[in-house]
Amino acid sequence: MTFSPELEARFEKFLAKYPADRKRSAVIPMLIYAQDEVGAITDELVQEVAKRTGATPLQVTEVVGFYSMLHRKPQGKYHVQVCTNISCLLVGGAELWEQACHKLGIGHKETTKDGRISIEEVECMGACSWAPAVQVNYDFYHDVTPEQFDKLIDGLAAGKKPEEIAEVKKVSC
Amino acid sequence: MLYNQPDPLEVKVLSRRFTLPNSQSIETYLANDGYKALEKALGLTQEQIIDEVKASGLRGRGGAGFPTGLKWSFVPRQSPKPKYIMVNADESEPGTCKDRLLIEYDPHQLIEGVIIAGLAVGAQQGYVYIRGEYRYLIDVMDRAIDEAYAKGILGDNVMGRGVKFHLATHSGAGAYECGEESALLESFEGKRGNPRIRPPFPAVAGCYQSPTILNNVETFCAVPPIFLHGGAYFAGLGTPKNGGTRLFCLSGHINKPGVYELPMGFNLMRMIKEVGGGMRGGKKLKAVIPGGSSCPVLKADECDIAMDFDSVAAAKSMLGSGGVVVMDEDTCMVNAALRIMKFYAHESCGWCIPCREGTTWLKKLLTRFHEGMGQRSDIVLIGDLSKNMLGRTFCPLGDAAAMPTIAFVEKFQDEFEAHLDGRPCPFEKSSRLVAV
Amino acid sequence: MADLVKFTIDGREIETAPGTLVIEAAKKNGIEIPSFCYYEGLTLQAACRMCLVEVEKMPKMQVACTLPVGPGMVVRTDTEQVRKARKSTLEFLLTNHPLDCPVCDKGGECELQDMVFRYGAGESRFTENKLHVDEQQWSPVVFYDGPRCILCFRCVRACEEGMGVAALGVINRGAMSLIAPNRGDHLECDECGQCIDICPVGALTSGAYRYQTRPWEMEHVGTICTHCSDGCKTTLGVRGDEIMRGNNRDRSGVNGEFLCAKGRYAYDFYNHAERIQTPMVRVGGKLEPVSWSKALELVARKFGEIRSRSGEFGVIGSNHTTNEENFYLQKFARNGLNTNNIDHHRTGDVVTLIDALSGTSGQLATTQDLYDKKAFLIIGTDLAMEHPFLSYQIRASFRHHAAHLYTITADKVREEDYAVRTIRRNAGDELGALEDLRANLAAEAELVIIFGDSVKGDAVRKLVEFGQSLGNAVKYCALVDYSNSRGAVDMGLTPELLPGYHPSGASGPSVKEMLASQTLEALWVVGANPLKSGPMASKKTFVVVQDMFLTETAQRADVVLPAASAYEKNGTVTNVCGEVQRLTRAVSAIGVKTDLEIIGLIAKEMGLAALVGPWVPDTVYGEIRKTVKGYNIPLAMLAVQAQQTAPVNGRVPVNSRPELIQSAHDGLFTSGTLGRYSKILHSVMESRESRSQQEEMAHS
Ligand SMILES: Cc1cc2nc3c(=O)[nH]c(=O)nc-3n(C[C@H](O)[C@H](O)[C@H](O)COP(=O)(O)O)c2cc1C
Ligand code: SF4
Ligand code: FES
Repeated sequence: MTFSPELEARFEKFLAKYPADRKRSAVIPMLIYAQDEVGAITDELVQEVAKRTGATPLQVTEVVGFYSMLHRKPQGKYHVQVCTNISCLLVGGAELWEQACHKLGIGHKETTKDGRISIEEVECMGACSWAPAVQVNYDFYHDVTPEQFDKLIDGLAAGKKPEEIAEVKKVSC
Repeated sequence: MLYNQPDPLEVKVLSRRFTLPNSQSIETYLANDGYKALEKALGLTQEQIIDEVKASGLRGRGGAGFPTGLKWSFVPRQSPKPKYIMVNADESEPGTCKDRLLIEYDPHQLIEGVIIAGLAVGAQQGYVYIRGEYRYLIDVMDRAIDEAYAKGILGDNVMGRGVKFHLATHSGAGAYECGEESALLESFEGKRGNPRIRPPFPAVAGCYQSPTILNNVETFCAVPPIFLHGGAYFAGLGTPKNGGTRLFCLSGHINKPGVYELPMGFNLMRMIKEVGGGMRGGKKLKAVIPGGSSCPVLKADECDIAMDFDSVAAAKSMLGSGGVVVMDEDTCMVNAALRIMKFYAHESCGWCIPCREGTTWLKKLLTRFHEGMGQRSDIVLIGDLSKNMLGRTFCPLGDAAAMPTIAFVEKFQDEFEAHLDGRPCPFEKSSRLVAV
Repeated sequence: MADLVKFTIDGREIETAPGTLVIEAAKKNGIEIPSFCYYEGLTLQAACRMCLVEVEKMPKMQVACTLPVGPGMVVRTDTEQVRKARKSTLEFLLTNHPLDCPVCDKGGECELQDMVFRYGAGESRFTENKLHVDEQQWSPVVFYDGPRCILCFRCVRACEEGMGVAALGVINRGAMSLIAPNRGDHLECDECGQCIDICPVGALTSGAYRYQTRPWEMEHVGTICTHCSDGCKTTLGVRGDEIMRGNNRDRSGVNGEFLCAKGRYAYDFYNHAERIQTPMVRVGGKLEPVSWSKALELVARKFGEIRSRSGEFGVIGSNHTTNEENFYLQKFARNGLNTNNIDHHRTGDVVTLIDALSGTSGQLATTQDLYDKKAFLIIGTDLAMEHPFLSYQIRASFRHHAAHLYTITADKVREEDYAVRTIRRNAGDELGALEDLRANLAAEAELVIIFGDSVKGDAVRKLVEFGQSLGNAVKYCALVDYSNSRGAVDMGLTPELLPGYHPSGASGPSVKEMLASQTLEALWVVGANPLKSGPMASKKTFVVVQDMFLTETAQRADVVLPAASAYEKNGTVTNVCGEVQRLTRAVSAIGVKTDLEIIGLIAKEMGLAALVGPWVPDTVYGEIRKTVKGYNIPLAMLAVQAQQTAPVNGRVPVNSRPELIQSAHDGLFTSGTLGRYSKILHSVMESRESRSQQEEMAHS
């Protein structure tokens, strides 16, 4: 399987991090970064990661099913994750989640027909003090109001990039 | 950009550089006492380093509050195997968001703490296990590590003193259980995040079955100040046996939620009123989860306590990871219990029966109950099932699910009863049922 | 040995070796601590939490399966708290477990059922919906029913640790966790079925057995597998005259509960449609069914004529028939037919090994040695494929004793995965690598050397010389092919050796020479298929064949006598390590007779019955005890367990004819001619072939 030169370089770095007889440590980092490029964990990717790390394909498969960020099916271009865990729940996280479902007419881990947006109700993402929090792909959005969330989803659905939606600002660099 | 404004009541030890411009960079760090503690530690013996940490009264910030110096002293002096330092940056306990800031604003403080831990036990390699959702922090950390290498602080000749220490980041991929130390190590080795049988503990057989120091981010970050100002200074900041400050993560129904560094033993009511700016909308306080979702809830009248490990334990809860979740009078305690159980059911690794089946059953039961289809016997059942998990699971995740549930049922029985007989949730407007 | 540890359990003071787990110590003293995930010999899991016990001075209950006994420890297994914990664990377990016991294959022998019966939780407080996933078929023989699975991980460990295959894993998380096969939706493995057997519940079921019967409707007959020479005990579940399954759950026999695909499933040749059920004689060039009396009469008449004119006989015996049958056959041939022309397909050079070891004793390895000893040299064999049980033993020794392995083979073998050193040499050249290993091997305190058929004749002597020069305790094992190959040599199925390795002093043709002979007047083949590899030279020779099927050899016969299979008779067989074990009849087939009876009837018909004696297995065995050195073992002892024979302790001054020695190298799913008639082995091979074809197509 071939990857972009950037990803290849990253893989090389990953493999260099661990002792020579412990390449299996690279399985999870490789999977998650490769997933970003490939779009999902395909059978081919499982084989490839197994080959490169010296794990068996079954060992890699076992891992894929365990971690909630690893997915077999492609997600939308923008994967909108809404936290509804306790701190977010208290200040409107659950309402944001319902808003997303209703607006897009899709549910948990589903993708819009055009493949642009997928949504997921997620567990605590470490933004409790700035709740309710939302993540779009890897970017955090804090203190999200229903109005901002509306704009975010409308904007994404209309083909805008998150950074082009003035009303919402991602907080993480 | 800071996520929340500092508060004048804060005692900024670990977070004191957060407000500096360009606080991530090694230049800022070096200009503000950076790597001076390491310099000092390089002149100490392993015993001296560990003794200093013991003297500081530092206790693990990951949740259990185990004395850090003591933990380090468990690492065998002599070992045919290499030793490792593992940083637990999996931060997944609901209500907790402090490790994120420590890395985002001051990654070098963490690096410095880790190198000192390496010196303490003779380890030459460290890893920072960062939860997959914190992707940007991996980049922050990687940049800081590169800077430290470039400055000769990491590498084969740490600060020119002939000591070797290497550090690298490692990404998780979404699993709360991987915050548990032995599951983290399994995950680090490229496996499913199932915890290990203990003993042996990581200090003896951790990373790659080698002796390993494993601590929380905040624990490591407390190390440089300890060496900079002395263990006694650090100990003096807190209460007896509870040295130093803590980054408390205030969330929920308060006016100024945020992460604040306060001395150990800071009063909880004061924390809510003065630091947190009081209850939102002038509502009444109903309950507080004092240390992340696995800690038993405190009723409003139980909140006049000192926030240190021992005082909160005396109140039959836990200081945990520092996540203080404040709930007002409109909060449905059944829904809170349900949401928390839903989390544990989602995160149970599935290894042992009581946790795997218990959390799933309780989630279903609480869902049905909250929907108004509960019976009186269900209230007993909820408590019973939780007690049947408590102390019997393979790792503490089962306890983490059981303890808060028991507290919710015991302390808010009236609210559970209010949901009986097909009655709708009395708080439906403020806390709606969430999809599973 | 270190001092014993004293501790108390349920008020009884007990002494046991340090390091013993509480669960084991309890069991040894008759106290049962229930468990699902704990399984003797497999890695510890502490996952099921059934084994919680109270330990004084410990705040929480402790899992007995990972807790080593400590001096002065006070353990309680029958307190209110412990009882409640067990009950609640079962209650948890049953929440997502379907209550389909009435149709579940495991019903009646399900560990979960038993535990619920014993420890309560019969009535559940669970009223929510159960999780459901559909049943999956992973191979022709393995089915998985996710909801029934209690996630004890026994199957995963049996496959990875026991078999070294690691074809099973765990997917998903939490309550959604499931066991999964190694190739997406199917298994690619040894198909040994041990995962099925070790599963405490009905989550893994056998394609051969599922939904056929209930366990209590079967009789369980322990006998010895008739395929390879390892001599595994297989317990056949028999209903009426039908074999329903094979397993060895009671762990009796040399193999404990180990069985490979052949031992577990390949009994199914016995009711193959092509099984011969009536004698046949050649009439006008065609085999026609006749009565037993007609057929025996014809054979007796022909044999009698040839005997009286001192015509030349050839007798070919079998590697599958019992010691009694082999002994009886050679006795009748030598004393009744007055011929020394008797041979069988030779598959390993036991003879030279025994000769080379003359003057020593106890240097022939037992199957137990393969587990007990701490170092192994494996030469010229793919043990995991050809001797799966021996491979299993050595793997267990590696796991439990950190045994050192050395291999010298032509191709990659499974043992290499954990070998200290691995050397690649072509078949026949292996011994050239010995000196390379000398330093390693000499440093071992003890060693077992196992060699295949490429080491024969002088090479065996050279190998033994090398082994004896190492200066440590060395044992040897010469590999042979089939269930009674070893017994065939022991019982004198060669021209040069009488039973017990006594030289016959006479010569005779080998199997090959018999087939090439133009002078043989009669050829009598008992349970062998020598014509598999080509026709017989002589067209005139009168050929009598005793077999289960119309093999190539039977098709050339003038008289075909339908023979009973190993599972249809009593007797003894001797495995590759020289261990004698008893066969016990499980079923009887219509129209057939055991080879022993057939030989006896021929003798009787010829008027020579007195010469061979009664064709009663135990009587013949009695004679073997007296005549064959090393076999003087009372039957009562064999009834209990396998006994190793020590055939000779002196020179065997014959030429072992190494050129005749050739293993068939049957793998996991083949078993000489017999294997052709196993439907299950076929279905396994076919599914593999079609998969690999599909995969090839997908790639091109
Ligand atoms: C289910 C579970 C989840 C945990 N998650 C975390 C975590 O996210 N971060 C953390 O530092 N410690 C976590 N811990 C605690 C760790 O197991 C470990 O005790 C801690 O990292 C040790 O560091 P400390 O001594 O510095 O606290 C968790 C424990 C359990 C049982
Ligand atoms: S399939 Fe059977 S043996 Fe395997 S984990 Fe499930 S219950 Fe245990
Ligand atoms: S037998 Fe001890 S936990 Fe399963």
